[in-house]
Amino acid sequence: MKPRTTLTTAVATAMLSLALPAMAAPDPNDWDAVLQAAEGQTVYWNAWGGDSRTNRYIAWVSEQMQSTYGVDVEHVKLDDTGSAVARVLGEKQAGNMDDGRIDLIWINGENFAAMREQDLLFGPFAESLPNFALTHPDENPEVVTDFTLPTEGYESPWGKAQITFYYDSAQTETPPHSIADLLEWAKDNPGQFSYPRIPDFTGSTFLKQALIELSNQDDALYAPVVEAEFAEITAPLWDYLDELHPYLWRSGRSFPESGPNLRALMSDGELSLAFSFYPTDAAVAVMEYELPESVRSYVLEGGTLGNVHFVAIPYNSPHKAGAMALANFLLSPEAQAQKQSLSMWGDRTVLAASRLDENDKALFEQGEIHPSALPADALSNTLAEPHPSWMTALQDAWLKRYGVN
Amino acid sequence: MVLLPAFGYLPVLGADTFHLEAWQDLWAHAGLHRSVLLSYFSGLITALVALFIVVLFLAASQGTWIDRAIRRMVSPLLAIPHAAVAFGLAFLIAPSGLLVRWASPGLTGWERPPDLLIVNDPFGLALMAGLILKEVPFLLLMSLAALPQLRPEQRVTLARSLGYAPGIAWLKCVFPALYPLIRLPVYAVIAYATSVVDMALILGPTLPPTLSVSVLTWFNDPDLSRRFMASAGAVLQFGVTLAALLTWWLGEQGIKRLCQRWLANGSRASGATAIAFGGRALLLAVTLLAISALAGLALFSVAGFWRFPDALPGTFTLDHWQRILPGVATPLINTLSVGLAATLIAAVLVVATLEHAARHHLPALRAQWLLYLPLIVPQVAFLFGLVVAVESIAIRPQHALVVAVHLLFVVPYLYLSLSESYRRLDPRWVQVALSLGVPPWRAFWQVRLPLLLTPLLTACAVSLAVSIGQYLPTLLLGGGRVPTITTEAVAMASGGNRRLVAVLALLQALLPFIGFSLALMIPRLVWAKRRQMRGAA
Repeated sequence: MKPRTTLTTAVATAMLSLALPAMAAPDPNDWDAVLQAAEGQTVYWNAWGGDSRTNRYIAWVSEQMQSTYGVDVEHVKLDDTGSAVARVLGEKQAGNMDDGRIDLIWINGENFAAMREQDLLFGPFAESLPNFALTHPDENPEVVTDFTLPTEGYESPWGKAQITFYYDSAQTETPPHSIADLLEWAKDNPGQFSYPRIPDFTGSTFLKQALIELSNQDDALYAPVVEAEFAEITAPLWDYLDELHPYLWRSGRSFPESGPNLRALMSDGELSLAFSFYPTDAAVAVMEYELPESVRSYVLEGGTLGNVHFVAIPYNSPHKAGAMALANFLLSPEAQAQKQSLSMWGDRTVLAASRLDENDKALFEQGEIHPSALPADALSNTLAEPHPSWMTALQDAWLKRYGVN
Repeated sequence: MVLLPAFGYLPVLGADTFHLEAWQDLWAHAGLHRSVLLSYFSGLITALVALFIVVLFLAASQGTWIDRAIRRMVSPLLAIPHAAVAFGLAFLIAPSGLLVRWASPGLTGWERPPDLLIVNDPFGLALMAGLILKEVPFLLLMSLAALPQLRPEQRVTLARSLGYAPGIAWLKCVFPALYPLIRLPVYAVIAYATSVVDMALILGPTLPPTLSVSVLTWFNDPDLSRRFMASAGAVLQFGVTLAALLTWWLGEQGIKRLCQRWLANGSRASGATAIAFGGRALLLAVTLLAISALAGLALFSVAGFWRFPDALPGTFTLDHWQRILPGVATPLINTLSVGLAATLIAAVLVVATLEHAARHHLPALRAQWLLYLPLIVPQVAFLFGLVVAVESIAIRPQHALVVAVHLLFVVPYLYLSLSESYRRLDPRWVQVALSLGVPPWRAFWQVRLPLLLTPLLTACAVSLAVSIGQYLPTLLLGGGRVPTITTEAVAMASGGNRRLVAVLALLQALLPFIGFSLALMIPRLVWAKRRQMRGAA
């Protein structure tokens, strides 16, 4: 189903990449010039707008950028990052090379891979940002790797996510601690667990999590899918799901629409076990009256999938200097500390503690840990994301098997 | 712009040859035929049931105070955005929803929500219910606008003098004349219901979803090669809508034949009681359901934690409103400025066209169907192409472009709601004015417009509501730079926080509601001393 690459395309792409540097893009290595060019620009930041806490944090960032750098940041709230990718693609198709509508995108994984593949991003810029060194990429390869793909400076790290399970301790006392346990637990508690319908992002992550454990972390997962091996490697996953589905919510005849929907179903008492990509999700939901105070968070014993989310600049952004100034500010200890604080958002920092001085470290000190939040040390066991082709392949296979009930 | 990628042509992705691979992928897609059938039947059934309810009510309605009260309760429902109705309804009927909470555990004994598939049911029943809630007020308003020119009282009186029961008299003497006048609105309902996205996302089936939802998913897929299949799907969606319209048209012909005997069989009373009772009961049920859905939203917008099966939230809080309100100033201003501008331009255009037709005694526009095209072509099918087209001619997204694309949808609705009233206005009023030596423009301003004030304001209120409800056109053509209350609400909806969504949905319903209230109040104030001028609305 991939379009064939023809000679003409190759030529066209080559011409395109020759044309790009000719445009007046600020050189990220000359940081003073970037800041100078940035002043007075308006940066349209396209970011998912489904979480009021993220929105609040972005509003705070916007105020800081205005007062410190004279850059106006406008949050374009999306319901799906895919629509921003579609927009940039449409602009490219229409030949809009230097006056795009999007200056910065909150992005990772499949969307990043797609945009890179189609040459829709500006870069490399990320590694030239003055604050980038604080992430200590030598020790933290995840800030320069996105679903196994090297970012090559085309996106700048912003925050960290990791699959975290949570349960209502008033409904169930012994939550499962592995994927295998989960099946037994579901049999004892039918109808009280589910995962979002594929191709939802969180739902697909659940498939990968299960596959990693069931295949004993097969090395093949970290390279592009080889079609001949796919069936064999994924066989344990389908056997597992075949057995699990009858014990899911609605007996697997319907699935929640998205990750946040799991939380809503927990809130309604329909589920008693759920998971989220944000380790602080449950605690935040308790603070916002969505979940009961009896909710507790934990991660599976073998570890859970984690990844870093990034910001990237489309190739045709007219405000690249402003976008880079913003990406750099997002990496500042001040902005990262605000982001991590539960009262603002609760998204984990990408900065390496070893690179911070005492004053900056103090910014990250938080008072008592919320009882519904994950203990701070629980997140050390992070599993890396498989190659993005696995996500697509798993989604297609799932839809073939379970897409029609 | 949609057709080309459907046949494999999209140069930006390196595809510059024509082939049918996209269609092969589409046919091979699991569950495609189910998706198609769902879209097709939900469109037809929604239109059929909504029309049935409206016609039955009109037949039963006698102009008593009860009927007037029901009618008055219905029209504000038109103001509530589709997504808000869907949210409210989903929460009302879900196994952990309001109805079950009120009945539990007392009546049902349920301490935990039952594991039943009600919302997102595979047959799309919940989706159809939601659509019917929204389409009944629309069809009712359209019928009420068209009715007076048929002089229904005289027809019914005549039939009754021949011994027909009132409801039967209406069905046999008024409805056959009314239907041709509301045919286009019915077609618009079918087209809308076969291709709806927002309601289908919330209430519709999931395995597989309706065709329009699948198409949108493919358009937004990170795998850009899905674009081809999405385009083919969009073309197919258009075909499904056309097929549903064609089926309906065939059904019209069939029913016309079948009913000719019934119309003339002389039976005067059989079924009259059922009509009198059923007509009112059904409409009342629809109204109450929609109002409870809204009440559920209102309750959630101030709810603290709300454990199942408590009938009410454990605590109440204004936190959610305080969280949302500081950020809504810009979206509210954008929503209003775009909505008012689109409505105003549309009103001028439509009134000018109608006035021109009235002065020159022109029949209804033959090119009318062109006007309705945007209502009949599914939005997902042509908006992406429109974006590329607009980008190609280097028009950059801005307010004006959003207003322009809103006009595509606002003009047909305004025309739909106003044209019949305009045409039916007794031409002798203007003739009298002209014969008294008044120039045509003064006759227009001082005689025709004041006489048409009520229908004109109602039509504007409908248009404003239509403009406010637009999501995809606003996002795509505005390039994300014209945030409205609707784009905020849809973005927030993707986060699943029902309390915050409720706040935004209520805010979203507020503006059109004010519009409808003004449309009702202004004629009363202006014509405070002239009862007869207040019109039929």
